[in-house]
Amino acid sequence: MISALWVMIGISLVLGAVLGYSAIRFKVEGNPLVEKIDAVLPQTQCGQCGYPGCKPYAEAIAKGEADINLCPPGGEEGIHKLAELLGVEFKPFGEGKGPRAKAVAFIDENTCIGCTLCLQACPVDAIVGAAKQMHTIVASECTGCELCVEPCPVDCISMQAIPEDISTWKWPYPVFAIAPVRNNPQKAEAS
Amino acid sequence: MWSSPFISAPASVSQIMLRVIFAMVPGIAMYVWFFGPAILVSITLASITALATEALMLKLRNRPLKPFLTDNSALLTGWLLALSIPALAPWWLVVVGTAFGIAVAKHLYGGLGNNPFNPAMVGYAVLIISFPAHMTHWLTPHGLEGIVLSFPDQLNYIFHGILPASTTLDALTTATPLDTLKTQLHLGLPVNEIRDMPIYGHLAGKGTEMVAIGFGLGGLYMLYARIISWHTPVIYLGTLFAIAGLFHLVDPASYVAPTFHWFSGAAMLGAFFIFTDPVGGPTTIKGRVIYSAGAALLTWLIRSYGGFPDGVAFAALLMNICVPLIDTWTQPKVFGRKGDGK
Amino acid sequence: MRTLYRFHGGIHPEEHKLESSEAPARRAPLPKKLILPLHQHIGNGAKVAVQVGDKVLKGQMLASAQGMISAAIHAPTSGSVTAIAQHPVPHPSGLDGLCIHLESDGEDRWIERAALDFRAMPKPELLDRLRDAGIVGLGGATFPTHVKYGLPSGQRIDTLVINGAECEPWITTDDRLMREHADGIVRGIEVLRHLSGAGEVLVGIEDNKPQAITAMRAACAGSDIEVVAVPTLYPSGGEKQLIRILTGKEVPSGGRPTNIGVACNNVATAYAIHRFVDHGEPMISRLVTVTGNVRTPMNVEVLIGTPLTEVVECAEALPGTTGYILGGPMMGLEVDDLHLPAVKSTNCIIAKSAQLFPPPPPAMPCIRCTRCAQVCPADLQPQELHWFSKAKNFGKTQEYHLFDCIECGACAYVCPSHIPLVQYFRFAKSEIWQREHEQQAAEIARERHEFRMFRQEREKQEKAERLAQKEKAAQAAKPAVATPLPVAAAANADPDDTLQMRVDADIARANMQLRIDAAAARAKEQAAAAQPKNIDALTPQQQAEIAEIEARRAKLREIASDAGADDEPPKQI
Ligand code: SF4
Ligand code: SF4
Ligand code: SF4
Ligand code: SF4
Repeated sequence: MISALWVMIGISLVLGAVLGYSAIRFKVEGNPLVEKIDAVLPQTQCGQCGYPGCKPYAEAIAKGEADINLCPPGGEEGIHKLAELLGVEFKPFGEGKGPRAKAVAFIDENTCIGCTLCLQACPVDAIVGAAKQMHTIVASECTGCELCVEPCPVDCISMQAIPEDISTWKWPYPVFAIAPVRNNPQKAEAS
Repeated sequence: MWSSPFISAPASVSQIMLRVIFAMVPGIAMYVWFFGPAILVSITLASITALATEALMLKLRNRPLKPFLTDNSALLTGWLLALSIPALAPWWLVVVGTAFGIAVAKHLYGGLGNNPFNPAMVGYAVLIISFPAHMTHWLTPHGLEGIVLSFPDQLNYIFHGILPASTTLDALTTATPLDTLKTQLHLGLPVNEIRDMPIYGHLAGKGTEMVAIGFGLGGLYMLYARIISWHTPVIYLGTLFAIAGLFHLVDPASYVAPTFHWFSGAAMLGAFFIFTDPVGGPTTIKGRVIYSAGAALLTWLIRSYGGFPDGVAFAALLMNICVPLIDTWTQPKVFGRKGDGK
Repeated sequence: MRTLYRFHGGIHPEEHKLESSEAPARRAPLPKKLILPLHQHIGNGAKVAVQVGDKVLKGQMLASAQGMISAAIHAPTSGSVTAIAQHPVPHPSGLDGLCIHLESDGEDRWIERAALDFRAMPKPELLDRLRDAGIVGLGGATFPTHVKYGLPSGQRIDTLVINGAECEPWITTDDRLMREHADGIVRGIEVLRHLSGAGEVLVGIEDNKPQAITAMRAACAGSDIEVVAVPTLYPSGGEKQLIRILTGKEVPSGGRPTNIGVACNNVATAYAIHRFVDHGEPMISRLVTVTGNVRTPMNVEVLIGTPLTEVVECAEALPGTTGYILGGPMMGLEVDDLHLPAVKSTNCIIAKSAQLFPPPPPAMPCIRCTRCAQVCPADLQPQELHWFSKAKNFGKTQEYHLFDCIECGACAYVCPSHIPLVQYFRFAKSEIWQREHEQQAAEIARERHEFRMFRQEREKQEKAERLAQKEKAAQAAKPAVATPLPVAAAANADPDDTLQMRVDADIARANMQLRIDAAAARAKEQAAAAQPKNIDALTPQQQAEIAEIEARRAKLREIASDAGADDEPPKQI
């Protein structure tokens, strides 16, 4: 009995030492965490997380100041990825926050007065135009952050949902016919 | 949205399981012939328990009953367990073993297809650890001692634990051939003298050897019907033969002949029915080779040096643990990637 | 006798070829209305070259190839273009695609046709002609043929493999074609051989088509084209599988046959090339097998763009038809209604009935039986791929080589649990593509954002420098008198900016506000007035700018669709 106890203690000591050693030996250098988090964030730069862009949010997460469920464009999938990266529990979106359908901004070119305000607001320079000239949005660069919508003095910018077409269509998840689909259909859709 | 292909081969899970069950019939027939119909009672008991437990667990897990009850996998588990424990075991032993196997080893791990361990073997292991005494009541084959329990008497014992006044349990049951071998070897007897004892036949134990042959026949049928691939039984039996043969050659006094290993205990049952269980087994061909060879080695080790009479169940469980590792290591090369390292 | 090689796995589904293979191919009646999708091949859709109302002749080009991988589309009959509009196209999504709608005038009048002396022509020109004739692979993947032979320098082709295996059940178009037009096919093969410069030409035909083999052997007599009977085993008609059977070589994962010095084309493609080179006919028709639950299963020669309803009418669907499969039962797609046009990849229409195609039993969990792995021609472990796809663990699916799956369906065919394995794989593939796409978009967005920040920083610095200089100059002239203003809310103002800058910013802001107010008023006015378009009277400068933007957009679109095209799964069966 006593010897068994000693054996157990011995084993746990040895294993503990190994774990401790490997933690020191294989320690990750530097702080690539921010970069890693930033890589997971959608780079919409919309500020909906409450930070002035994805990178600042990533820094805040890395410092432990911000929660992982604040980025609506990333969707639940994004939270899952963050949770996995950081080794924490998944957390659903808080009240009033949630993923939105993908959209791009669209400038009604008849109304645009060329004030350049949207141009200054766009975090990814997706709007082209010059002062007093019609502006237009390069749809493929637009991240759909909506930051340009509000500054427009003549309300000519609207967000247009991207419709599904043949090139963006995806095969649906096979419905597992016999097991009642209880586990979170929302998740199946989100990802 | 339904995706191609729109046709499918006629095979189905329930049909495969049914064929496996069917393949057990020759072995069971031998069993009945040599040991009397008691085994049929435990098989029936195990079947009922298996289905009832399965139904209960499905209900608890909120799964539909029909497709899973008719897939015959629970039935197969029940039969396997009934065949691995003594026929003259009290009824509750069968029930507890089967229920534990199905409820814990199968459903708590996610049900059909997700159980890492063979449920029947888990049930067996639990029984032999918890009720070792009851697990030794192996019937003596007919024609050895002269005492044959009639079927009603057998029933009476199984359900009420009552034996006819004229006899005792010891008179009816013997240790298994493997057990006897081990005890006698401990006592210092050489193998050839032990083999002269009346319980042994030409290959292994009287009666049990014929049962093993029965299972072997069933296995050949499964090979023929392509229900199992040849790798598992061939490698398992081959490795067992090689190891046992080697030691037998070196020291025939302390190590029995390889054929003895083949035809005693659950080796045949294991080769064709237990190690071929797809759910707990590896999925690559190379993996199966490693798995079967490892199982054979463990079987032989446990039989020769271990504390339990037979090694098949524990070999199966131990090898089940290694399956994920084996699978990861033995991924085959993919078409068009033969050249590069991965 | 040639040594044949084996590929791993394979299955023997019921063939059901005799139903339709014995009757001679017929020509479908001329349809009144034809619908021609612009995207009938892998790669970029074709670019419309006609206008609504145009009268066109049979064989006239309606849309031209656009970009590297693309092919032209032609009028299958004479008539007039009635619309260029969205219409449902054969695609698993059931969504619409842009199509040219053509109304036939019933005259079926050809444009001028001329045979081509292909041997006298420089190779690049011949390739361009093939592209402009709309020649694409008819084996199923519709890969533009000219792209296959436009090799990067340094690559050469030793072996030309002609695919007449036709391993999918039910389909018999290639069988019929080989029986009826073996000579034409051989003419086409000669063109392909000329293009590829291959020394060895092998025609692989499954041995369940003895008449086709005989016909092809007869047609090849005297030439060094070798017709090889290959054992019937699905999917031996897969490009990679057939090459493996005939040459023993494996097309490297992610590569093309040309990587190992092999080119592969379908017999029907060879025949189409013959029609073009010897008769000047572009690709405007093809053979389609109509079979299944129909009165007279057969092969029909169908003009591209013919509504499928009219194609099926030739064979008469029987009562009890529950739907249709386009293509074979192993890799085709299911459609509920037939208001779709026949396209270049339409090789078969199967009318479904409950007896012929019973609905699949419910899927059970995987029991790890590995029957799927035993039949997978790509040596994959479908069960592993299935678990990971099911768990949406896409990284793992790629580790297990999901993208080497050719979606042949052999695994799902044998699975005793009836798991829709291929759908899981398709699901996982399209998710991964989308994610890669998003990841790229995020990468671009990040770069652009970082560049913007850098630019803003730089501008601020420049401004500050300029101001500093100005101030120095001013101070040199006379001491500055300034009233401190409340902190201005100028966009980029730093607390340590000079006062002057704040004033500047404030003034700028005020100016801006004025401008905005005026503009808003003007905008309202404009809106109130009959909304004159502000793109009507443009300065040349503005026009140039618009043109530039448009060009950029077009380029981006092209890049985007190029990227999309490369991702298409190879599925030439
Ligand atoms: S909420 Fe917007 S700014 Fe914040 S991390 Fe998400 S995409 Fe970036
Ligand atoms: S155009 Fe508007 S919505 Fe699009 S990225 Fe720029 S600011 Fe955001
Ligand atoms: S569909 Fe893919 S995984 Fe399945 S057998 Fe074919 S190649 Fe293998
Ligand atoms: S055939 Fe089906 S049940 Fe068997 S291993 Fe493959 S996926 Fe699983």
